[in-house]
Amino acid sequence: MSTAGPGATRLAQWLRVASPIGVGVLMLVAWALYVEFGNAPRMLPSPIAVGEEFGLRWGIIWDDMVITATNALIGLTVGAILAVVLAGLAAAWRPIDGMLAPLVAALAVIPIVAITPILNTMFGASSQFGRQAVAMIAAFIPVFVNVLRGLRQTKPVHRDLMRASAASSGQTFRMLTLPTAMPYLMTGLRVAASLAVIAALVAEYFGGPSDGIGTSIATYAKSGRAALAWAYVGGGILIGLVFFLITAFLERLVARHAPG
Amino acid sequence: MTADLAVKAAGVGKVFDTKAGDVIALTGVDLEVRAGEFVSLIGPSGCGKSTLLRLIADLDEATSGELTIFGKPARRARIDQDYGIAFQQAGLLPWRTVGANIALPLELHKVAKAEREARVAELAELVGLTEFVDRYPDQLSGGMQQRVAIARALAARPKLLLMDEPFGALDEMTREYLQSELTRIATETGAAVVFVTHSIPEAVFLSDRVVVMSPRPGRITDVIEIGLGEVRDESLRENPVYFEKVTAVREALHGVKVERANER
Ligand SMILES: Nc1ncnc2c1ncn2[C@@H]1O[C@H](COP(=O)(O)OP(=O)(O)O)[C@@H](O)[C@H]1O
Ligand SMILES: [Mg+2]
Repeated sequence: MSTAGPGATRLAQWLRVASPIGVGVLMLVAWALYVEFGNAPRMLPSPIAVGEEFGLRWGIIWDDMVITATNALIGLTVGAILAVVLAGLAAAWRPIDGMLAPLVAALAVIPIVAITPILNTMFGASSQFGRQAVAMIAAFIPVFVNVLRGLRQTKPVHRDLMRASAASSGQTFRMLTLPTAMPYLMTGLRVAASLAVIAALVAEYFGGPSDGIGTSIATYAKSGRAALAWAYVGGGILIGLVFFLITAFLERLVARHAPG
Repeated sequence: MTADLAVKAAGVGKVFDTKAGDVIALTGVDLEVRAGEFVSLIGPSGCGKSTLLRLIADLDEATSGELTIFGKPARRARIDQDYGIAFQQAGLLPWRTVGANIALPLELHKVAKAEREARVAELAELVGLTEFVDRYPDQLSGGMQQRVAIARALAARPKLLLMDEPFGALDEMTREYLQSELTRIATETGAAVVFVTHSIPEAVFLSDRVVVMSPRPGRITDVIEIGLGEVRDESLRENPVYFEKVTAVREALHGVKVERANER
């Protein structure tokens, strides 16, 4: 590697960014050409038409993005806080771990969005609560699993050090156990962020108020306004991207001097 | 006058309860370490060196016998921070800077910030890492990390330093350099040292006395006075008296006379 020098690494970095963009652009071009010259189905408009709709209807798309993103964010926040607290309790007391572990395992295999119609009926068709609850459950699982694992990663040499330094159990938790678990929390959050967005969006297909990205995609797809439906899909992708980028950035920040 | 003794062990034993049955790790250990004295524990692996050190540190509890540190029970001595400890792994907290790692014991005992900073500067100077206090452990070599661990062990000005093969994972050059540094630090701080090693030259170079241990069951089989004096510099490694002591420790370890002709 030493012979390659800094020029080569800069080239490699540039390629790392440029190649996915290149592939994306190529696919868009192929898509546009297919719609123009092939016999594409009616529900697949040209990316140019989708882009035009996106620009033209940005106002209403943005409003629906705010609805869906807010549901996802509330679900993510509440789910993550709940997961951290319960993982802390499970790490501290074996019996609680024994109680929670099978519950979480069961929760992880149930397709969460499947219970949305029930929640919507429970909390009324005008409430966002059902969607937020679904996002919360979806976000809870990866955060809980990762944090619980993280809280158990302290090394024997570090535990010995804290004991030899006569640290109280509170100090040991604050200065060793918690910092050790931080990178695990961040990984959990990154996974949970994407799941919360997907859950909040898909939950909209199962009723509730007539707003949000998912509802709009369904509505415009049914009424045949393909370009607008696809523009809304773009809005959903944007939400997911923002959630992912923020949590991935936080994860990197924390992982810089992570243990191991 | 037991308070003058850094460590006093009388008939100390340790049995571990394991699934496979009881493991007698130590039996009938009698040992006295005077204040300011440098004592090494040497012996084949599994002879209970680490176990004895952990009993002194109150990281494990003796199952028999009596153990006092500066005249107090081991637990009291630990809570009073009478000793500092360093392990084979430096065990630095990777999310803390070098300075913050050195300051950890002080922070745990609520020493004021200004005092902490002054002490960190002093210790960084002592171990020759002044320029590195703001670095993170992963930016340091193994030898430097070990020096940080030693500085941390000294932070609360303990009168006893416990070290479990602290140079075991380092290359020979770094090892010899840190040995010289350690004798200087021990002299400067006046702390007693209990030093676990399985290197005969290392034990002889560093110690006032070398305690030879033997396994199954772990026990002390010999104690050898080294008496090479205060000054430990590189010329000592060429000194005939040093070689004599190396041979003496080797013979004690193997329990037989070693032919002089085999010595280099
Ligand atoms: N926590 C433990 N549980 C069970 N057996 C142990 C434990 N620690 C040490 N031992 C046993 O005690 C004996 C002495 O171990 P140790 O003190 O680590 O030896 P040394 O440091 O001299 O290599 C060994 O037989 C080892 O297997
Ligand atoms: Mg050992």
